[in-house]
Amino acid sequence: MDIMTPDPYFFIIIFVGVALVFPLLPLALAWLWRRFFQPPKPGAEKNAIYECGVESLGEAQVQFRSQYYLYCIIFLIFDVEAIFLVPFAVAFTGLPVGAFIAILVFLLLLIEGLVWAWSKGCLNWAK
Amino acid sequence: MSGQIDEGLRSELQRQGIWVTSMQDLYNWGRRSSIWPLQFGLACCAIEMIATAASRYDLARFGGEIFRPSPRQADLMIVAGTVTKKMAPQIVRLYNQMPDPKYVISMGACAISGGPFKQGYNVLKGIDRYIPVDVYIPGCPPRPEALLHAFMELQRKIDGQKLTGDNRAEHLNPAQPSEFPVPAFGAHDLEPPANPDVFEPPKIERT
Repeated sequence: MDIMTPDPYFFIIIFVGVALVFPLLPLALAWLWRRFFQPPKPGAEKNAIYECGVESLGEAQVQFRSQYYLYCIIFLIFDVEAIFLVPFAVAFTGLPVGAFIAILVFLLLLIEGLVWAWSKGCLNWAK
Repeated sequence: MSGQIDEGLRSELQRQGIWVTSMQDLYNWGRRSSIWPLQFGLACCAIEMIATAASRYDLARFGGEIFRPSPRQADLMIVAGTVTKKMAPQIVRLYNQMPDPKYVISMGACAISGGPFKQGYNVLKGIDRYIPVDVYIPGCPPRPEALLHAFMELQRKIDGQKLTGDNRAEHLNPAQPSEFPVPAFGAHDLEPPANPDVFEPPKIERT
């Protein structure tokens, strides 16, 4: 290999070097600054995790029930249904029979889903 | 450190195009040019604070436009508005959570002394009862120009802070506390009603 053309991976090494120096240099400077000028002043309040001014209550590992999630999904289905049904209703008089059947199939699928969810007990708010 | 070079010599050199600085000046220049306030408002003064930060008055000209939603990233606390006794512990806690160096601007009559609500049972008679305040702005509410003036005053204060020596800045002194006790809700008032380390009740002088 010619001595004048460097190895293609040589640039990767330069890149890695710059990528290391770029974050480490400010950190080192900050460390030196702390060492010589600014005394660290940690404290219980300052090191607290929560930072909105209010003391945190309870624990972070709390459990949510999945009931609301199911409710939400079912709501979403009927929300989307409304989006499809409103334009259909507006253009109802000008539509061919095929469109009417298509929307009926669509409704049937949703009703089937509702019956399934109902029979599964998703609509009962379990205590 | 900045006393090692004569001021006359420095300005003479500056005229010739040579800038001489010290570490202290560089440090203070950097700090005063990017004071990030904590993003919170308490009452009507906050509206004026928002106006100051918005395009018409443009706090960005002074380097203070980046309002931080977290106390960890803020340098300046602008107490803009009436501090109720319900709110005071939260403000002190937020101040405690700010990293050093940190500064406080007490904006408006309410934050200074309770203002028009001073007689109110639920109003704190000045935030300087719990945390040290650097600049007070009178007014009800102070106009944005007044807040800009306070900002410039704070910059002037930062500019004059020493890096070493006995009269160095508070945050560089290990003996100076960075956290102040958070008041608790008592039966009738906050307990304690004032922090004796930072607050001295005004003495009435009768003649």
